[in-house]
Amino acid sequence: MAPQRIKAIAANTFREAVRDKILYSLLFFALVMIGSSVLVAELTIGEFLKIVKDVGLGSISIFGVLIAVFVGIQLVTREIDRKTVYTVLSKPVHRWEFIVGKFLGLGSTLFVELSIMTAGLLILVGITGSEFAPALAGAVALIYLELLFLTAFSILFSTFSTPTLSALFTLSVYAIGHMSNDIYRFGQKADAEWIRVASRALYYLLPNLEYFNIKNEVVHDVDMLPGQIGYAVVYGLVYTAIVLFAAIVIFERRDFK
Amino acid sequence: MDVIRIEHLHKTYRTGFRMRRQEVIKDLSLTVREGEIYGFIGPNGAGKTSTIKILVGLAHATSGTISLFGKKGPRPEQKALIGFLPERPYFYEYLTAREFLDFYGQLFGVPAPVRARRADKLLERVKLSAWRDTPLHKFSKGMLQRVGVAQALINDPKLVILDEPMSGLDPLGRMLIRDLIVGLKSQHKTVFFSSHILSDVELICDRVGILVDGRMRGEGTLDELLNNKTRFIEIVVRPPLEKLEALRSGLASLAMDVSVQGEERLLVRVGDAAQKRDVLNWLRDRDVDIESLIPRRESLEELFVDELSGGRGDAGVSPG
Repeated sequence: MAPQRIKAIAANTFREAVRDKILYSLLFFALVMIGSSVLVAELTIGEFLKIVKDVGLGSISIFGVLIAVFVGIQLVTREIDRKTVYTVLSKPVHRWEFIVGKFLGLGSTLFVELSIMTAGLLILVGITGSEFAPALAGAVALIYLELLFLTAFSILFSTFSTPTLSALFTLSVYAIGHMSNDIYRFGQKADAEWIRVASRALYYLLPNLEYFNIKNEVVHDVDMLPGQIGYAVVYGLVYTAIVLFAAIVIFERRDFK
Repeated sequence: MDVIRIEHLHKTYRTGFRMRRQEVIKDLSLTVREGEIYGFIGPNGAGKTSTIKILVGLAHATSGTISLFGKKGPRPEQKALIGFLPERPYFYEYLTAREFLDFYGQLFGVPAPVRARRADKLLERVKLSAWRDTPLHKFSKGMLQRVGVAQALINDPKLVILDEPMSGLDPLGRMLIRDLIVGLKSQHKTVFFSSHILSDVELICDRVGILVDGRMRGEGTLDELLNNKTRFIEIVVRPPLEKLEALRSGLASLAMDVSVQGEERLLVRVGDAAQKRDVLNWLRDRDVDIESLIPRRESLEELFVDELSGGRGDAGVSPG
């Protein structure tokens, strides 16, 4: 049965990740960064809690991306490099089950990572600040969605490329994804018609990761429209599914030499 | 029933930046029957591993058909009946031997209690019970190969496919794997394994196929492949020293070849039964003791070298 096999692959991926030392070093530095936000806040006049939240969420986001990209890519390309994938795919396992299992395994690893980092931040906010902030959890949930999106991309690149290139490609998607708003805005200010058209085309073609970024709103207690968050969730899930589908299509055709 | 039937298989890889075509399997056909041990032999780079990868679904055939258990494949329901050990296997090294076997058991949908029981039994069979809770990165090469064989048996398969199971092992390790393969046959399983270590194939295979440069150069039982090649019989006699020269010149006209060995023995080679009878009668008439009589049939190694040198250019250019 497919669910059982997917579960076995996901659980194995999770187990490999949690026995990996890279994960712990990244997690350690993330917690140090979150903790150090207190120091940064001490040095600033006023707005103490805002700075703790701001630096904290920023750290969660950045270290989450690093974990998603490096641990994620390693877990997939290593299977192919070390030929462990041979023993798995020669069993009655469909190739799509392998991809979905890997994705779910990485997704659960990231969930645990993010939970630990968020717990660190909430404790810090609780000690230094006043009230518990549910909006923080919302911001982290959208960061998680962004990480799932990047994980799908890292799996896609891993199905046909080397680990180094895959990491480079995925980080590029991350960078471009946060710039597509700017590309659009700057493009529309151009005089030439074709630049305006091209920038608009690029804007719709490239992923827009700014949808997942509500850090500023949360830090500055700005009210958000429910539709804004709803749109981000649907956008993230649909886009992730499409990228995973592309990864499956490539992986199905692949010969393992 | 034919467990494996490959017909007119071709495989072309496209490699490098320019996607250069590289034909690694050329019109390969072979059959493996139920319950036999089939040795798939050939030099490195002949296309053995490529063939096996297509058999287990890791690579796609360019053309040709593969039937497994009488149906076109490989499909998941057929793979459920196959155990596979890849060449130079790498495993999840952070897993312990038991976790490792359990994982593969799950992929086959084996229920948990059966998995546990089978894993323990298999570890005992490959002599790794003492290391059941040791992570695989602490295993030696021979131990990894053995746990790999255990992995290939976790689904109690009908067909076991092993890619170079004995390469890189010490004599003891090789013997262990050999015994395991023979044990599988006695459990009525079909074994298909590739090797370039000919003595291993010669000892245990019912039938062999010889693959050279992507083409089958011979298939059949060892007898079929070796019998019709020239054989001879070696007769060693140890006459009194003073008679040695006289016997030598006398036998020279009866035998294929006579030579003196170690200054006190005569080595007489005869080509067929008639010659053998003549030589033995002649020796009996002269009251000479026969020390030994050994029929020498051509070894697989010699056949192999024959096939290799027979009208072939380069060797080992394609991925094995």
